[in-house]
Amino acid sequence: MGKTENNKAWFLVLPVFVIVAFSAIIPLITVVNYAFQDILGPQDRYWVGTEWFKEVLTDDALQEALLRQLVFSTAVLLVEIPLGIVLALGMPARGAGASAALVLMALPLLIPWNVVGTIWQIFARGDIGLAGWFINGPLGLDYNYTADSFDAWITILVMDVWHWTPLVALLCYAGLRAIPDAYYQAASIDGASRWAVFRHIELPKMRGVLLIAVLLRFMDSFTIYTEPFVVTGGGPGNATTFLSIHLAKIAVGQFDLGPAAAISIVYFLIILTLSFVFYNVMIRVGTGSSKS
Amino acid sequence: MSRSRIVVIVWYVFLLLPLYWLFNMSLKTNAEILSGLTLVPRNPTLANYRTIFTDPTWYSGYINSLTYVVLNTLISLSVALPAAYAFSRYRFIGDKHMFFWLLTNRMAPAAVFLLPFFQLYQTIGLFDTHIAVALAHCLFNVPLAVWILEGFMSGVPKEIDETAYIDGYGFPRFFLTIFVPLIRSGIGVTAFFCFMFSWVELLLARTLTTVNAKPIAATMTRTVSAAGMDWATLAAAGVLTIVPGALVIWFVRNYIAKGFALGRV
Repeated sequence: MGKTENNKAWFLVLPVFVIVAFSAIIPLITVVNYAFQDILGPQDRYWVGTEWFKEVLTDDALQEALLRQLVFSTAVLLVEIPLGIVLALGMPARGAGASAALVLMALPLLIPWNVVGTIWQIFARGDIGLAGWFINGPLGLDYNYTADSFDAWITILVMDVWHWTPLVALLCYAGLRAIPDAYYQAASIDGASRWAVFRHIELPKMRGVLLIAVLLRFMDSFTIYTEPFVVTGGGPGNATTFLSIHLAKIAVGQFDLGPAAAISIVYFLIILTLSFVFYNVMIRVGTGSSKS
Repeated sequence: MSRSRIVVIVWYVFLLLPLYWLFNMSLKTNAEILSGLTLVPRNPTLANYRTIFTDPTWYSGYINSLTYVVLNTLISLSVALPAAYAFSRYRFIGDKHMFFWLLTNRMAPAAVFLLPFFQLYQTIGLFDTHIAVALAHCLFNVPLAVWILEGFMSGVPKEIDETAYIDGYGFPRFFLTIFVPLIRSGIGVTAFFCFMFSWVELLLARTLTTVNAKPIAATMTRTVSAAGMDWATLAAAGVLTIVPGALVIWFVRNYIAKGFALGRV
């Protein structure tokens, strides 16, 4: 599809540029400002160069938080993407059930994130929560997410699966609905197996939406804050202190402006690099496949 | 029954159980909650909901949240519509870089912006107003809106634009009377996503407000007190935060299938 060359189009983009720049560039300048200075008071500030960066990058707490974050995001993708595909394949395609299934599926996505945290905090508690009571009682397992690191991890992961798998499922569902019936008819005439239909018809058609799903899920899990903060507060110990929680502890909890700003910049550069890689992969795959 | 059907049924049970539990608790008294597990409330009571609807500190939270969410949706849509048109129809200097830069803001962690936003909005005197939260949420909603709308607009054949221009339509008139009605399902879907991401966000909303524009999600932290957790009221407040979302989904249910592909199927 040929686009016209027209630099006046910038006037149409200008409002977006202004409004996003206001929220993105000014704060970023503030952060850079803090990252290179030691600020003791309004008139009392010193240039410290890259000292904060050295301090922050050699800090074990940050490295551990980063590692934890990578493990968590990988786990999220490994569970949610396949599960989302299976759910999308199994959801009713038409009829009255389809509407209800869609609405229910989308429900967790529209619950405020801290309420999601609250729901799971209650649900997983040993004393008043159904799940916590069930695991400790009838199942006979020793489960307590506020004391045991492993239990806390499982709780956060299950919560994230509950919260965000619907997004993957709905994206895939949308991709599947765009496949004309003729494809399936042709496949059944050829005697194709269920797996062959999935592998050669459904999966290629879902490629575009799957990429969006992977991108969104990776980025959003990489910046997760509210839900684990409500459920575990980053604990027990530091077991569920992900990058954003670590950053918020230093910025708002301890009010260490310099280190917080340095972490922010490192964090932001990681995000920028990952976005760049994903974006380019998306463009390449997007133009190569059925972007009609 | 196929295997994937079984997975789906198990999923829906898993999906609904925590929600049922929240609803169940919202109908109990604190005494009953703490006295042991009951699958159905012994004496269902609406007292918790009455507390929320009669106490201004509670219900004003809902009004504040809805106010900034609606403001944000309106701002996002009105700036994103022309920009998305530009991205879908024209090539211009720096267009790809601009698009990428927008997307990075959608991906940026809110925690990074916490402190700068706090200071920025205090400096310009918008702290603790609805418009401050609405503007802050533009950081991730405007890029998303541009992205979704661009997808929908690219699906509209260019010949329509060209024919309209030949017929003597100017850009504003063409855009408002012909083009916007053509992509109204896309606009509905975009509004849905803006509403969703603004409604569920708490970190920025809580940081930028103290009293006057305090969101409901932040009010809920009030239930922790010296006397212990007020679980019942917390559960009732939680149930009520799900209601607006459920209503919005119900309205766009016919577009969800197409909408979640962000116009890119």
